[in-house]
Amino acid sequence: MKLALAVIVAIILAALAGPALLHWPYDAIDWDSVRAPPLSPGHFFGTDSVGRDLLARTLVGTRITLAVAIAAASVSLLIGVAWGAIAGWAGGRTDETMMRIVDALYALPFMFVVILLMVVFGRSILLVFLGIGAVEWLTMARVVRGQVIALKQRPFILAAEAAGARPAGIIAGHLLPNVAGIAIAYLLLTVPQVVMVESFLSFLGLGVQEPLTSLGILVKDGADDMDITPHVLLLPGGILVAILVSLTVVGERLRSRLTA
Amino acid sequence: MPHLIRRRLMTALPTLAAILILSFLLMRVAPGGPFDGERPLDPETRAALVTAYGLDKPLPAQLALYVGRIAHGDFGPSLVYRDFTVTDLVRQGLPVSLTLGALAMVLALVIGVGVGLAAAIRPDGHRDRAWMLIMTLLSAMPTFVTGPLLALIFALSLQWLPVSGLEGPSSLILPVVALALPVAGAIAKLTRAGLAEALAQDHVRTARARGLSPLRVLIVHALKPALVPVASYAGPAAAGLLTGAVVIETIFALPGLGRYFVQGALNRDYPLVLAVVTIYAALIILFNLFADLIYGWLDPRARG
Repeated sequence: MKLALAVIVAIILAALAGPALLHWPYDAIDWDSVRAPPLSPGHFFGTDSVGRDLLARTLVGTRITLAVAIAAASVSLLIGVAWGAIAGWAGGRTDETMMRIVDALYALPFMFVVILLMVVFGRSILLVFLGIGAVEWLTMARVVRGQVIALKQRPFILAAEAAGARPAGIIAGHLLPNVAGIAIAYLLLTVPQVVMVESFLSFLGLGVQEPLTSLGILVKDGADDMDITPHVLLLPGGILVAILVSLTVVGERLRSRLTA
Repeated sequence: MPHLIRRRLMTALPTLAAILILSFLLMRVAPGGPFDGERPLDPETRAALVTAYGLDKPLPAQLALYVGRIAHGDFGPSLVYRDFTVTDLVRQGLPVSLTLGALAMVLALVIGVGVGLAAAIRPDGHRDRAWMLIMTLLSAMPTFVTGPLLALIFALSLQWLPVSGLEGPSSLILPVVALALPVAGAIAKLTRAGLAEALAQDHVRTARARGLSPLRVLIVHALKPALVPVASYAGPAAAGLLTGAVVIETIFALPGLGRYFVQGALNRDYPLVLAVVTIYAALIILFNLFADLIYGWLDPRARG
């Protein structure tokens, strides 16, 4: 848990500060060293097939992957919390209908729906995260709804109602603060899922587009060149796996602590 | 049991209808069409093409036509692979994808349940911890990382197996393994957790008290209830295998449905993308239904 947290913080810091400290920008071509092996002078992790510094590219790619993930997870947080809170609070037929919709969406092959959205609305980074966020809110909605239903019967909510507070006021002022903890735990678990989806889309050429880069694109480039320069696959792949594993570990630990 | 299946169908059929309508509408509002090439077509040719593909009729009529044709197994002509109908492509690609997916599912079950059992023999022992760490790693590794890595090690460095293409059974080994590993990791974790719970139950204690061997208790008495969470994971697992197959087919250049899907998505081949999404949605729904049956067999209380 501590190790996983340290890995995440280290990767975030490196992705934020790293590119500014390196001599080479992520998209600059060093004509003198194409396909340089790791530890070459000037290129700590070598260069890719057109002579771009791999470390700089990986750090910028990490930054974009994480930015997309956080943005998309926030979208899913907003939709999920609002949907779950309204369904849980309204109860009865409204609740039933809203949760039926969630059930039906759960059965969709959601990766294909995201790809469908990409195909229809063109491939832009904005749509990548809107699309992912719009599909990833389902679990959040279920969790929040359960939490709201449990809270609804608690005395302080009944007191607020008796005092004449409006439903919107109760939801915003009394319910949501009490849902925040569990919502954050699920937010942490959503982030690695979104990272996975974004990299998956970018790997297939449907997500983030060149000249921008992301871990998915870098893994794709690495896979294309792995017979000549394996390190071009190993660095971004390693970072991606490190992010996924450590976020999952932290999220799962947090969730079991909050639900136990 | 019939109740459970009826309830499943009640959500399954609207879902299928919803995905048909949604995907159909999305494709129609999409900016840019299949005939927007680099060279503009002259208006007459264009009009002829639009009429030939039925794109000039009102939307509900197009939808009705579309659903009617699908009911007959006709997904229309592919807009990009000009000489093929989508049904041709599906008929070529689906068997490859299904073989890949089925083999990976079997392998994932064998590895997952096997490792789960091995780890649960002595809970919290060194072996348990080590296995669970490896399985957590596996379940978090995306197929588009493990796939190239496996190809790098076993095909390029050791040259034991072919890198890509589909020539004989040996070219399926790497794709199947790469596809199965993350699912195997998840199944192992679920089996391990299920076994821990099952081993604490009364009927297992009774079996032990009657002097049955630990292995027999584990396999005959604890395993069946422990597999309940695994069965409820079957639906997501099937979805994961189908999406994973898209990447794996691309990496290993296998002529499966997933690869056509990616090509279709990159080229805005509406009928092809619609067909694949519809087929995959139907497959996942079918698999969920199947999972419910297994679920009912494993846990009599769920038969209700």
